[in-house]
Amino acid sequence: MTDLFSKFDPLIQQRENLLSTGVRDPFSLVMEEVKSPTVAVCNGRETILLGTYNYMGMTFDPDVIAAGKKAFDEFGAGTTGSRVLNGTFRDHRDVEEALKEFYAMDHAMVFSTGYQANLGIISTIAGKGDYIILDIDSHASIYDGCKMGDAEVVAFRHNDVEALEKRLKRLPPEAGKLVVLEGVYSMMGDVAPLKEMIRVSKEAGAMVLVDEAHSMGFIGEHGRGVAEEQGVIDDVDFIIGTFSKSVGTVGGFCVSNHPKFEVMRLVCRPYVFTAALPPSVMASSATSIRKLMHGSNKRAHLWENSKTLHKGLRDLGFKLGTETPQSAIIAVIMPDLERGAMMWEALLDNGLYVNLARPPATPAGMTLLRCSLCAEHTAEQVQDILKRFAIAGRAAGIIS
Amino acid sequence: MTDRQTVFDKVADLIEPFNKKGVALSDATTFQHDLEWDSLTVMDFVAAVEDDFDIIITMNMQAEIETVGQLVDAVIKLGS
Repeated sequence: MTDLFSKFDPLIQQRENLLSTGVRDPFSLVMEEVKSPTVAVCNGRETILLGTYNYMGMTFDPDVIAAGKKAFDEFGAGTTGSRVLNGTFRDHRDVEEALKEFYAMDHAMVFSTGYQANLGIISTIAGKGDYIILDIDSHASIYDGCKMGDAEVVAFRHNDVEALEKRLKRLPPEAGKLVVLEGVYSMMGDVAPLKEMIRVSKEAGAMVLVDEAHSMGFIGEHGRGVAEEQGVIDDVDFIIGTFSKSVGTVGGFCVSNHPKFEVMRLVCRPYVFTAALPPSVMASSATSIRKLMHGSNKRAHLWENSKTLHKGLRDLGFKLGTETPQSAIIAVIMPDLERGAMMWEALLDNGLYVNLARPPATPAGMTLLRCSLCAEHTAEQVQDILKRFAIAGRAAGIIS
Repeated sequence: MTDRQTVFDKVADLIEPFNKKGVALSDATTFQHDLEWDSLTVMDFVAAVEDDFDIIITMNMQAEIETVGQLVDAVIKLGS
């Protein structure tokens, strides 16, 4: 018998080698208590959280929690059914209304996760004979959506407008085309030149889908994302987003002005063949989305935090993923996985949690310590974070 | 109809900057095992081939191409 698991041997070996150096397993952290959007207890120690996607700090918002509790009491623990059968409750409709208000768009469709939103929309709208043109650094959910569908897939160099334009021009003019972009790329925290990319896409007759998972609530005048910030949101055909970041709950969505968009509810398999989210999650999400519409003060504070941390880390001598702070994500580039894991552990021992990111999630085979800021981080906490980075960076030999 | 040897020579030229170990090229040379390319190198190389021949090699096609010979055949087919 061939052991089907033998293909994982190299990964098992790499992991064993890493753990044999004595570092703690970076991929099995448990939060024993969560005290606020920015503080948890890990390994018995109070730890500042700098590696969540809780950008706007909505997880402990009293209104968000109260709405969830009320729905829990009134509608029960779960839906036990698909959105198209028995899984659409009052609050599923309400959260879709909240999204339409938030984005000022005609249609909104809620999925059980952001992953499923990309999987479902991409695999369904681009069919046999159509082309999907995507940035090579696209998220796994975008690639998996391509793999699940029957379209031809063409990749172009990350954020390279000219490479995108060249490829669009080589495709058959009459073929259906979907260009898939992200507002903020989550590994390096860099922003896409959407204005130019959407212009060349439209000139080539392509439809455009933008994943704004990491910009919702934070970037753009109304927090609608990078496309809003760059003044091109009206040219985007589909925006994909998630509730598991700024909204602070779980779930995914697509908003669109396409007049036929509602047919997606009948043909999109990751929407149809899965259970709808619990009503408590829907009620919390709707409340959170409506509060994010009025979050400009929090947005301003989050930008301050991002700028302070970026400058502070640079001044300490760390190598960062972007020249300037472009989002709430700041990636600190590590020389290799071993020293990345050492640094990660040194930070944790100093009461600071960041994300250790490694290939295949990262571009160019890099190991990254990804810091994601929250609007609830105080200015003092950010200074505290910088002190801990200095101590751990010296202990791990990353900075001098 | 493009001469196959001409296309092979052009592909070989494009491989050259990425052929760090100076592996001798034939139709049977594999990108993954002989040239030991990672996904990033593959991407840069594919972009170079696409731009040089003014073609598109979709990811679906790339998945089927393992050797230099297969690439040469694909380029001829796409260019015709």
